[in-house]
Amino acid sequence: MKTNAVNLTETEYVLPGNRLCPGCSVSLAYRHILKALEGQVIVTVPASCLTVLHGMYPVTSVTVPCVNTPFASTGASATGLIAGLKALGRTDLTVLAIAGDGGTYDIGIQALSGAAERQDDFIYICYDNEGYMNTGNQRSGSTPLGAISGTTPILGKQQNQKDMTAIMEAHGLPYVATANASYPLDLYDKVRKARAIEGTRFIHVFTPCPPGWRFPFSDTIRIGDLAIQTGWDILYEVENGAFRLTSASASVARKGNLRPVREFLVEQGRFKNLTEEQINQLQDRVNARWQRCLDRATDLS
Amino acid sequence: MKRSSVLNVADRNASVQILDGNHAAAEGAKLSRVQVVAAYPITPQSPVTETLSEFVEEGNLNAEYVAVESEHSALAVCTSASIVGARTFTATSSHGLAYMHEMLHWVAGTRLPVVLACVNRAIGAPWNVLNDQQDSISQRDTGWIQIYARNNQEILDSVIQAYKIAEAVYVPVMVCYDGYILSHTEMPVDIPSQEDVDRFLPPYKPHTTLDPAKPRNYNLVTLANPRVNAEGVLCHGYMEIRYLLQEALQNSRETIARVGQEFGELFGRSYAKMFWEDRLDDADIVIVAMGSLAMEATVAADMLREEGHKAGVLGLRVFRPFPKSDLVKALKKSRLIVVFDKNISYGLEGATCSEIKSALYGSGANAVVRNFIVGLGGRDVKARELADAVKKSLSSMKEGVLNNEYPEWICEI
Repeated sequence: MKTNAVNLTETEYVLPGNRLCPGCSVSLAYRHILKALEGQVIVTVPASCLTVLHGMYPVTSVTVPCVNTPFASTGASATGLIAGLKALGRTDLTVLAIAGDGGTYDIGIQALSGAAERQDDFIYICYDNEGYMNTGNQRSGSTPLGAISGTTPILGKQQNQKDMTAIMEAHGLPYVATANASYPLDLYDKVRKARAIEGTRFIHVFTPCPPGWRFPFSDTIRIGDLAIQTGWDILYEVENGAFRLTSASASVARKGNLRPVREFLVEQGRFKNLTEEQINQLQDRVNARWQRCLDRATDLS
Repeated sequence: MKRSSVLNVADRNASVQILDGNHAAAEGAKLSRVQVVAAYPITPQSPVTETLSEFVEEGNLNAEYVAVESEHSALAVCTSASIVGARTFTATSSHGLAYMHEMLHWVAGTRLPVVLACVNRAIGAPWNVLNDQQDSISQRDTGWIQIYARNNQEILDSVIQAYKIAEAVYVPVMVCYDGYILSHTEMPVDIPSQEDVDRFLPPYKPHTTLDPAKPRNYNLVTLANPRVNAEGVLCHGYMEIRYLLQEALQNSRETIARVGQEFGELFGRSYAKMFWEDRLDDADIVIVAMGSLAMEATVAADMLREEGHKAGVLGLRVFRPFPKSDLVKALKKSRLIVVFDKNISYGLEGATCSEIKSALYGSGANAVVRNFIVGLGGRDVKARELADAVKKSLSSMKEGVLNNEYPEWICEI
């Protein structure tokens, strides 16, 4: 059964009111992630925006057990939690490692890759706001071509993002998925599915950042949706190698109504200095990636 | 894998085996019934990890063995496993310990009873895989208890005691021993029975664990000043938490002594003192060193005694917490203290020497303190060289030179 607004659990594990920015999509995503795990979880978090959400000692906004771990160590921390629980005979809990794109694409990739190669039994979620937003918006391995950031202040970033989800898929994981904070029920269902699978499960969550991307706080959901409608972000899952488009991306694929990526770009101040050539480059990249997904999606009728 | 000859000791539930230092460390971890082992291979520590994985694979150690992809991850695994309540062990050397640096702080700050075996090795650049103590000395200020073993028996005994100490005071313990000189040198080691170790070291019962039934959030951002919680209770700020770590290290001296004494009562080898003494009763010249170097110093003391000098040795076993007042008592009769360091705090002197001087300050002792840097990067240290260094110090004393600004080096420059 698909989850909808009516049958979604009302239990909250992220309490109302936290220290994240107004309009932050990370709160929304995290809320649904923890709902899907029904609180039966131990979370490990590196330095990131989520550290801010978790609060300042001695007050926290979450009701699940959590460890904060140094930036580079998220994957290893998850391994340690699992190893410790196993040694003590506890098999009823899910271990969730959740980190930003900096903590996943950049400084945390080694520990994550090591844990994934060992097929350690935990869910890893990368919430991707395409930059080091917690430290004030510096460039990360996920910052897109042309985007202005604290460390690409004038020219914009000169390189493309890396495809972290593809990198994780190449580890041969039993479950890899993408999600988007504007589609929280799709995210919820994917976390539910991941919870029931053994081994390392990886979910990439696209989380628009109003101050970093420079769009109004009120537009978070719309920007996330525009990313889906233009193919900038694509919702899919790969379960034991079987690829499937999901939710709004499946719908766009069926209808064949992908919109130009320009519509997503022009809404954000970070892209204000893009050249026509860069917009074309970004469109070509989106087209190529979209086509690869269409080619892999065997269930489209 | 080597399986050495077994000599039975009839009157105790122990057996003497011929073991190198790395096997002694692994045996110590096994006897301590560690539950999670995470380690990354590095010379000269690798046999520790190989031996432990062998114990686990052959079913002789009921533990999770995690073959991590780096030392940083090794200690991160131990940290999180310890937080959920498992007894954890790791081992490393040199660059591996340096790579763990961030996690060393994190473990101590989290107040976790992790035990780490550091097989002392020089640190690059340039590359060097041989022994000195620069690696662990460089981690002096990370909030760990540091114990230096002088022989393979002490390695095994110290690992077992380390858990009892760490789990009592919630401070991690680093058991250090010299690469190759101990790690790859075989000597007889009395291995206590599992039954006796179990009697000495009960299973780890953490005061706090992570459980959804009682959620806790470890290591949240903590401000400098105390803050009130949701119930209006004022809770510690960052600075109070740092104070408590220092207080725990200060107070751990009593625990280390008590655990060492208890160990002695059960196994016949007492570790009630933070340092060992050789002929200090009548000595007016004291050689100070740590680890296997202090054993070499006893041979130098023999030579000096033969030449009519009243020389003794103080072998520093516990470097953190530093046993200040006990050291002052032990050194109060000496007129010359010669400190040999297998490390250097660049721009000043050997770390042990600085610590000894700071301990003596204000104690009324007016011994001359000399410092020699020796044995870096595996440079052989001969007892004769140590004895000569002492004699050189004596003759310069006679010429009226009391203290040198910088240490002397026993090398070719």
